[in-house]
Amino acid sequence: MNDRLSPELRPVINESGLEVQPLYTAADVEESGGLEMLGEPGQYPFTRGIHRLMYRKQPWTMRQYAGFGNPHETNQRFKYLIANGQTGLNVAFDLPTQIGLDSDDPMAEGEIGRVGMSIDTLRDVEIAFDGIDLAKITVSMTINGAAAILIAMYLAMAEKRGYDVKQLRGTAQNDILKEFIGRGTWIFPVEPSIRLVGDTIEYCAEHAPKYSPVSVCGYHIRESGATPAQEMAYAFCIAKAYADEVIRRGVPVDEFAGRLSYNFNIFGNLFEQICKFRAGRSLWAKIMKEQYRAEKPGSMWLRMIAAGGGGGLTFEQPEMNIVRGAYYALISALSGTQTMALCSYDEAYTIPTEYSARISLRTMQILIEEMGLTETVDPLGGSFYVETMTNRMRAKMEEIMAEVDAAGGIVKLVSDGTIQAKVSEQAYRMQRNIESGAFPKVGVNCYRNEKEEDHPVEFHPYNEEDARLQIESLNRVRAERDEAQVARALARVSADARSGVNLMPAIVEAVKAYASVGEITREMVQVFGRYREPIRF
Amino acid sequence: MSTTTVAAGAAAQAGTRRIRVLLAKPGLDGHDQGVKVVARAMMDAGFEVIYTGLRQMPEAVARMALDEDVDVIALSSLAGSHLPFCRKLAPLLEANGLRDKLWIIGGNLPAQDHDALRALGFSGVFPTGSKLDAVCDYIRENVK
Repeated sequence: MNDRLSPELRPVINESGLEVQPLYTAADVEESGGLEMLGEPGQYPFTRGIHRLMYRKQPWTMRQYAGFGNPHETNQRFKYLIANGQTGLNVAFDLPTQIGLDSDDPMAEGEIGRVGMSIDTLRDVEIAFDGIDLAKITVSMTINGAAAILIAMYLAMAEKRGYDVKQLRGTAQNDILKEFIGRGTWIFPVEPSIRLVGDTIEYCAEHAPKYSPVSVCGYHIRESGATPAQEMAYAFCIAKAYADEVIRRGVPVDEFAGRLSYNFNIFGNLFEQICKFRAGRSLWAKIMKEQYRAEKPGSMWLRMIAAGGGGGLTFEQPEMNIVRGAYYALISALSGTQTMALCSYDEAYTIPTEYSARISLRTMQILIEEMGLTETVDPLGGSFYVETMTNRMRAKMEEIMAEVDAAGGIVKLVSDGTIQAKVSEQAYRMQRNIESGAFPKVGVNCYRNEKEEDHPVEFHPYNEEDARLQIESLNRVRAERDEAQVARALARVSADARSGVNLMPAIVEAVKAYASVGEITREMVQVFGRYREPIRF
Repeated sequence: MSTTTVAAGAAAQAGTRRIRVLLAKPGLDGHDQGVKVVARAMMDAGFEVIYTGLRQMPEAVARMALDEDVDVIALSSLAGSHLPFCRKLAPLLEANGLRDKLWIIGGNLPAQDHDALRALGFSGVFPTGSKLDAVCDYIRENVK
């Protein structure tokens, strides 16, 4: 408790459940644990940043999420974003691709190319990245259930184009445990799903050591209703589950931990988020050093994209989302992220248009070029408030992780739906608080426009013709490929799924034979079965 | 692959039949934060909620609506495929004799699609930003 709190002031508790005082002094820093975990940028425990010079050396990568329609259209949008100064790509896939269905699957009807690009075979990946220099532009793929297949396709495409796969950088989201909590693009049951994540990490450690095969996402857990402290604590529990799976196979921690990366959310109270990132950076370093005995500094780095903010954007007065986006970008810059992306102001309505995607990109560029955010490392370091709250957030995250472990571990709690029920209950409470006005939201429960105006949002059209073209293109690939080779490769996928060896070599062979996402997935479903949701309220 | 659950509302009244709602996630959309929030609101309002879980095809939704003898068929769609889905679902519901039940839909539904949804029979259209109580009140007032 804060003894300086005057009786007339109501207490302020942040979303993570920590009290916020009206004033912080050196005594508060001391009481919260002092500056023991602060250190220097680029040095353990990395609270101030994983690199010594941070943005002074190189600004964050700007990586807007994009993709829609067929691979040709997505290729055009990629080139547009690159021409406008974007420095990385973040690929959106349509739902059939994300859950392992081909475009001609009856369940895919009406969904082809709708929320992302449609990929059936390696041919589509070749088209999507045609003319883009993969040595200059790093590619992040938002793919989870079907990640092993898409990683195989990306590596095969790069190899075909003459890139040295050993030097290839890039990221796959490939965080299946969070898909069970929120987002929902799972395919297989929990156990084989974790095995597949392990297979990709193990395979990349050997064959593509600079590629990041997993980006552990607190992001979607936060969108599902988690507090900022839970977001990071649950993500760490999940990352540990993947690390344990790989270590169990005999791979030393320093051979893969340096390529684990993270994806976190940036909406909410500005200081709470910044302290979340600073606290998380030192906590992850401590976990890797003390619990996993990692020795390489890179294994202890919390490499991340601090992005999005969708959960904070509003349907009402959508132009205000441009303003929110600018503040979220500021949070991201002050957090010491490696990569930034912003939800566009129209995302509560539709897939961003070129115009709205450009506004997000320019928002980040203004921070870099005009606001001085890249000049000094961790500019808030040393603030009594920020250091105290960083210590308190770290302690809160450790407390949440201990609770998870005591209750049986994250895999159990996700499998039986405990985490899902907890975050959904919190989401319900938050929605009630927004509707009652207890949690202020400008334009929603305060400062509403007297008369709702027509919103200046241009809708992204869905193109039925694209779907037809995509199916046609799939049929053409099927007609041209060597069917005997495809059958042999698919038989190997099935055999390897059964035998328990690493599935990646078989999947790589299958994608190179132009087997489709749906065909490869089907082989695995026959062995693994499908996930069944635990539904708990 | 339908997983259903019957959740009893806290405000149950003994002796009276409570309003039964089938709450479905149509198509491949995996965003279920909203539908779970709505499910909790409906339970608190005293309705019986049968939540389908993700990835329900039109045939499955129509069959569950019939089997569960519900008063309300409610869909939650966030990923844009509401119109093609509802165009397939509406005739199946009619074929199952469920035309007289209350059909509603919520989620990311652009204003330009609302008339088409209503014309298909989804009388209650609740786009993002709708209040939970507005959804529950609409059900209470319109269930026959």
